[in-house]
Amino acid sequence: MSSTTAPDAESPIDQLNLVEAVCDGLYTEMSQNEDVVVLGEDVGKNGGVFRATDGLYEVFGDGRVIDTPLAEAGIVGSAIGLALSGLRPVAEMQFMGFIYPAFDQLVSHAARLRSRSHGQYTVPMVVRAPYGGGIHAPEHHSESKEAFFAHEPGLKVVCPSTPYDAKGLLIASLRDPDPVIFLEPKLIYRAFKEAVPTGSYEVPLSDASVRREGSDISVYTWGAMTRPTLIAADNLADEHGVDAEVVDLRTLSPLDTETIVESFKKTGRAAVVHEAPKTAGLGAEVSSTIQEEALLYQEAPIKRITGFDAPVPLHGVEDYYLPQAVRIQEGILETVGF
Amino acid sequence: MSAQKELDQQDTSSPVPTDEQPVQILDKDGNVRPNATVPDLSDEELVSMYEDIKLARRFDQRAISFQRQGRIATYAPMTGQEGAQVATSYALNDQDWLFPTYREHAAKYVHGVRLASLLKPLRGIREGYAVPDGVNVMPEYIPIATQVPQAMGMAWGHKLQEKTDRAVLCHLGDGATSEGDFHEGLNFAGVFDVPAVFVCNNNQWAISVPRERQTASETIAQKAQAYGIESVRVDGLDPLAVYQVTNEALNKAKNPARDERRPTLIEAVLYRYGAHTTADDPSVYRDGDEADEWKEKDPVDRLQKYLYKEGILDERLEAELDDRIEAKISDAIAEAERAEADPNQIFEYVYDEMPDRLREQQEELNALREKYGDEPFNGVLE
Repeated sequence: MSSTTAPDAESPIDQLNLVEAVCDGLYTEMSQNEDVVVLGEDVGKNGGVFRATDGLYEVFGDGRVIDTPLAEAGIVGSAIGLALSGLRPVAEMQFMGFIYPAFDQLVSHAARLRSRSHGQYTVPMVVRAPYGGGIHAPEHHSESKEAFFAHEPGLKVVCPSTPYDAKGLLIASLRDPDPVIFLEPKLIYRAFKEAVPTGSYEVPLSDASVRREGSDISVYTWGAMTRPTLIAADNLADEHGVDAEVVDLRTLSPLDTETIVESFKKTGRAAVVHEAPKTAGLGAEVSSTIQEEALLYQEAPIKRITGFDAPVPLHGVEDYYLPQAVRIQEGILETVGF
Repeated sequence: MSAQKELDQQDTSSPVPTDEQPVQILDKDGNVRPNATVPDLSDEELVSMYEDIKLARRFDQRAISFQRQGRIATYAPMTGQEGAQVATSYALNDQDWLFPTYREHAAKYVHGVRLASLLKPLRGIREGYAVPDGVNVMPEYIPIATQVPQAMGMAWGHKLQEKTDRAVLCHLGDGATSEGDFHEGLNFAGVFDVPAVFVCNNNQWAISVPRERQTASETIAQKAQAYGIESVRVDGLDPLAVYQVTNEALNKAKNPARDERRPTLIEAVLYRYGAHTTADDPSVYRDGDEADEWKEKDPVDRLQKYLYKEGILDERLEAELDDRIEAKISDAIAEAERAEADPNQIFEYVYDEMPDRLREQQEELNALREKYGDEPFNGVLE
């Protein structure tokens, strides 16, 4: 259980969208901890292609906000070295679809240096990456590959769905002793604003969040899909009298199995919603966990409502690929009516 | 010395390239430089090359304006680079292969991809990536430098199968030279001595990161030396010079002399006049005046001046070209806008044979469309 710090009740509040909250989280922690350095492509003068590092270069200079050559393996590999030297690097991968050159560095080294050195060396670092589809981006710019990283022991995988959580989870990640893959849902970068305290606070990397209480079915989701899932839950309540509980996992590895199982014991039914393809997606992990821990509570098969087992298509038909409120509703109704 | 200054301070007595001096045939006013030889192209070929470069520029303007109107999605402009793109593809024979990045629209067009096919993926329709049989163009490469080892591999395969009539031409940018794939591809190309030509379109910027932040090497061309590969620097705003060095490199790839090695790295020194893509705002990170200096050596203007001086082009012929260019682009736009994406294409071509589970997913989606229509599938957050 990480220590959690609530924002000071006196903190002023800003209305921020999710990408502004990421930027504010970086700014807040960099102001307090001079070991934090940001590195990546276009993060400096340009302020990031999504503006996630906007203004940091002007405040902290090019010694701490560093434009690198175009090389993901170089960015992540050097971040591991920076961490080993005593700094706290935050490496930006411009898009999740471009993270693969860094995969070897992440899974062979960042994830394992603690265990390989018998606890002698650690790699406290964060790798940020915008993930997911729905913004009509070019090919390779819409992947959701969280399962690759959740499958690797030693990495933590975090995925916020709100501005408040984005800032709090990022600050917690920047203080975490382990390497964290921090996945940002670009579909909702600018979708809505909410109150975000200006000071420093953490949202712990150990707790899922119940976004909507309900008694008929537990629907597990994370990141960008939290929104269409909540929309579907409201529609089902209005149109069908179905009361769905929506659980936002927030941290995808390690999973908060306690909250997952507790919710299921209450409802006896489950669906998982994710953008990633169905086969070997994290939905399978959530579903198996429930089977192992609470089989006797189960009233219906556990439904996975996911992207298809196909590459994310070009934008002309992209909206059919992502789980839509209509698909989510249909899946929930099927499970509730079983 | 800045790349810009290098092109200005050419030693006018010698067209022979050195590490310092990109090859140049035309000066900025369209005169043939002393001691330079114009490549062996007929008047018709020269006019045709000029028409395609002009078409590329016009295509770029229309595409950018279309993106702003929401008629296509994100577009990577090529203005400033179309001379090099067209000239490199003019050096290709039909049996040669082209590995383009997301910016080589004109290079693809010249090598046989229809204009409408270039536009369809920008409208979100994948079929534009499929090219007719006999058009040897790969779908554009988006993850940076991934094409380099693959192009090398295809060239290697041709060599192993003794398909000696063909070479592979692979485009990349200055940013790509930082990726491991670039170094691995070039190292293999040197070791296995493959018939490949790698063209680095050094446009001085990788989104917001300037060339000097990308590498501490004096030139990109010199990187080839580490892999035992020859390299040449060329003025990428001089279409005739680009054509000449590419043609020589392709000939050498296919028919090397006894002491020659097949692969070549060409560094085309040029400039990205505009944004990285329509999602990018270069005014945030670079000086607006920078482009003006390069525009003095603009490939369209330079070739135009040369062709007028030589009496190969006049206003009447130019008006004809312009009319034809407008018609070609308008027809392509009309065709691309008639095309519609079908959600069933999501499930096609994933495997040779569709797995049962994927077929079930397709059936589920179509059952929902049947029940609710297509309206609910428009947007994810409503």
